[in-house]
Amino acid sequence: MRRLRHWGPGLLLLSPSLILLAVFVYGLIAWTTKVSVSDEHNARGSKGFVGLDNYVNLFTNDINDRFLHSLKNLLIFTVVFMAGTMVMGLLWAFLLERGVRGEGFVRTVYLFPMAVSFVASGVVWRWLMNPGTGEDAGGLNAVFGALHLEFLQNTWWTNPNWGMAAMAMPAIWQLSGYVMALFLAGFRGIPQELREAAAMDGASTYRLYRNVIFPQLTPVALSALIIVGHMSMKMFDLIMSVSGAQWLTEVPAVYVWQALLTSDYAKAAAISIILLLLVAMVIVPYLIWTNRTEQRS
Amino acid sequence: MGFTRRAAVAVVGVAALLTASACGGSDSDGGTGSKNVEVFTWWADGGEKAGLDGLVGVFGTACAGQTFQNGAVAGGAGANAKSVLASRLQQNDPPDTFQAHAGAELLDYINAGQVEDISADYDGWGLKQAFPAGLIGNLTVDGKIYSVPANIHRANVVWSNKKVLSGAGITADPKDLTEFFAALDKLKAKGVKAPLALGKDWTQLMLFESVLISDLGAEKFTGLWQGKTDWNDASVTKAIADFQRLQTYSNSDRDALDWTDAEKLVMDGKAGYQLMGDWEAADLDAKGFKDYGWFTFPGNGTTFQWLADSFVLPKGAKNPDGTKCWLKTVGSADGQKAFNTKKGSIPARTDANPADYPKYQQSAMADWKSATQVPSCAHGSACSQGWQQAANSALGAFSTNQDAAALQKALAAAAQQYAGK
Repeated sequence: MRRLRHWGPGLLLLSPSLILLAVFVYGLIAWTTKVSVSDEHNARGSKGFVGLDNYVNLFTNDINDRFLHSLKNLLIFTVVFMAGTMVMGLLWAFLLERGVRGEGFVRTVYLFPMAVSFVASGVVWRWLMNPGTGEDAGGLNAVFGALHLEFLQNTWWTNPNWGMAAMAMPAIWQLSGYVMALFLAGFRGIPQELREAAAMDGASTYRLYRNVIFPQLTPVALSALIIVGHMSMKMFDLIMSVSGAQWLTEVPAVYVWQALLTSDYAKAAAISIILLLLVAMVIVPYLIWTNRTEQRS
Repeated sequence: MGFTRRAAVAVVGVAALLTASACGGSDSDGGTGSKNVEVFTWWADGGEKAGLDGLVGVFGTACAGQTFQNGAVAGGAGANAKSVLASRLQQNDPPDTFQAHAGAELLDYINAGQVEDISADYDGWGLKQAFPAGLIGNLTVDGKIYSVPANIHRANVVWSNKKVLSGAGITADPKDLTEFFAALDKLKAKGVKAPLALGKDWTQLMLFESVLISDLGAEKFTGLWQGKTDWNDASVTKAIADFQRLQTYSNSDRDALDWTDAEKLVMDGKAGYQLMGDWEAADLDAKGFKDYGWFTFPGNGTTFQWLADSFVLPKGAKNPDGTKCWLKTVGSADGQKAFNTKKGSIPARTDANPADYPKYQQSAMADWKSATQVPSCAHGSACSQGWQQAANSALGAFSTNQDAAALQKALAAAAQQYAGK
């Protein structure tokens, strides 16, 4: 009874959110898992349990190797997107940290793309990345043409091999500013005494950044990677507004939507669970790591 | 232990409350004895909306006492509407009637037991005499009919820019694929870079289907979708080869273009031909482009590849009497005229007066009476939605990798998975 009085009020306070989480997050995950091991491939409903068949079929027996293709697309997209945002974000933050006039203005300019929705920027980038070349050129290709830089003209996202790298460009444009803000906060969080101490020891600017400042940015870099990485895995709206749902640019999230449109609930659920596992593979090590560092400090 | 049980009870209790309140909210718009007819479509603007408005006008006079309630969901070429519809059907909250492509696409709903058999009403409304026998045959599933088509569109039509063609010295329409290739070669020699304008996946499926009709003939083509013709057949291999050759005459940015973008290539004189359904006639007219010609896809002969928008009576509709009156209006001569003169399609009835329609529609109406009717997978009259998506995906891959063997294998696998389901 005394123990209940001890943690009862706290539990009561938390219970609404716990219940909502239990039902709408974990409950729905459980339900999706259940659908993914059933044979509910049309509106007629499920006849029973089929084990992991839906998962196995996705990898071995999907018509046109559609699922493997969508995974490959996702991999290219994610790698380019993560590398691009990290490099651009760090570069901008570094330049701002070194001191520029009108920092507030520049910061706003860099951060602004984040305020635009992926759908809106996707529509614009669809036009910018017009694959026509020569006299049919539009968007960026037309700009290159006008500048007599024809060798830069390319097919953008319609390239079957590296198109997804072009697809990552709007996403990089949109989120680099956010990564920059994270890094800038990281730079600002480093105490001035450390820099002064390094200067006293006669460290060059290169050694200052290499051995003193960058190591302290590791937590920030990791957070940025996690945030950008899991956003990339779930990418849907940008791709739908740039290319629409089609084989060339299909990623798992788009495939889920397409499967749902044909009432193939079991397949859609199986892809969703795989997507969840992929995101978990990124998030869970991070959670463990933060938990450990928090305990240590 | 006691704690966990109590928590579980609380979870279930809150969930029950939430679901109860969610259900309570949606019941207010119906009830028995309703005089509303909620018509669920994706016709929200343009010629489609005008056609729907025309139909509503006739409905108002023919079904006095019933009120039309517009349940249109815009966007995504129907994709948004279809997903909303699917969730409403799952929750047993169907609209009074909804739009669906006639033919195999309806099979999903029929097999799920979501739509009513209305064959008895077909006799009462005189539709069995008014519609051509080929259409009745295509609409019938196990002896029963589930939908009333509001219109007919034709898929296998080639549109051309007359000025571009005469500039290359092409005077006659090609009658078969050999002549078509010759005409395309002439255009290419004249400096037209992309003689055949082409768009992304589903428009490629349309073109491929037309080639299949040319190489297999109407009967074997229809058999492909009924499991009677083998997709591994040598004639399909030949059709894929022909289709591959046609792609060499098309614009290289085809996967980035919608059908209207491809149409613009024709209008701008950058392409000579485009294969597209006959909604292109209404679109070209609306855009003020006069100099266009049309002919049936070379080698298709008198084959009329049709698709139709149709309306159904869902199980559990709140106002079945009103819905039946709507369906009767849709099938009636007045209703079909009011709808089709505005949407740019032709009536499914053969007793319509051609003088009411523009020039292209008159020729299509004449063909509709006499032609051999075959369905289309790209538009859901030949195959289910899952099959259609698998075919689109396979053609999307082919457009970039040009692997003919892989395309045939994927199409055969799709047929094996979806035929007869």
